[in-house]
Amino acid sequence: MHIMEGFLPPVWAGLWFLVALPAIAYGALKSKRLIEDNPRNRALLAVAGGFIFVLSSLKIPSPVTGSTSHPTGTGISTMLFGPAVTAFLSTIVLLYQALLLAHGGITTLGANTASMGFIGPLAGWAVYRALRDRISLKANAFIVAVVADWFTYVITSIQLALGFPGENLVSSALTFMGIFALTQIPVAVVEGIFAALLIGYIANLWEDRVSQGVTA
Amino acid sequence: MKKTTVAFILISVLFIFPAIGEDWSGADQKAEEAIKQISPEYEPWFSPIWEPPSGEIESLLFSLQSAIGAFVVGYIVGKNRASKDVPNS
Repeated sequence: MHIMEGFLPPVWAGLWFLVALPAIAYGALKSKRLIEDNPRNRALLAVAGGFIFVLSSLKIPSPVTGSTSHPTGTGISTMLFGPAVTAFLSTIVLLYQALLLAHGGITTLGANTASMGFIGPLAGWAVYRALRDRISLKANAFIVAVVADWFTYVITSIQLALGFPGENLVSSALTFMGIFALTQIPVAVVEGIFAALLIGYIANLWEDRVSQGVTA
Repeated sequence: MKKTTVAFILISVLFIFPAIGEDWSGADQKAEEAIKQISPEYEPWFSPIWEPPSGEIESLLFSLQSAIGAFVVGYIVGKNRASKDVPNS
């Protein structure tokens, strides 16, 4: 989903930085506060970040379109700490990929953090809050991960359409969604399965911290 | 336990798909092509500061990313699991 280096017109690249930066800054502050409140949160933050590292490095084939795409891994962090902390953790991964893999980019870091780190997780988080008392933690983890992952790619499609509206913004958005959102459906399901497996372990080990699944 | 097995089978099935035709290029590459179609005159105004010199190096760095993440998750979950199993430690 990462928008390639230089592949957003400068105005849009800048605008998405304005969206992403407050979320990253607040997320960093919140992470610091979480660790100060309880040093055990440091381990949980690391697990949530590690999960993003692993999942976003996997390029998974999607039989729907015959191309590959990678999950985002933001579901766990979203459930445990909310979207702002997720934005902060995602930035670390996105920087690694931009600098070492030429995957994504520095100029598009704002846009990519806004979609993968913040707006996608925000959608997942809303779903998590709505379902929290109705379904099991694992089922919720599955749904949150799928929603956060899929929504990330919908946002990416919209970001590209805004930058490259062509003659018609809507048809441009549909073109990009045909590529990203469609490819992402089975990938999001795989991500959901991984997230459900991991939240089981986490809930088992940090019962005190993960009462009903959230420290945020 | 049984659910875990089912989950792993489901995941493995998805990894078998590449055995079937198709070109399996990245979705972001397809997006790049779409951009060129919509705005043929667009020139990227910035290029990556550094690029992996070959596909091999790139996959090395991708594996490194997975390894770092998997190590952190495995180490912390394992460590906490162990200290839970031995209540006196």
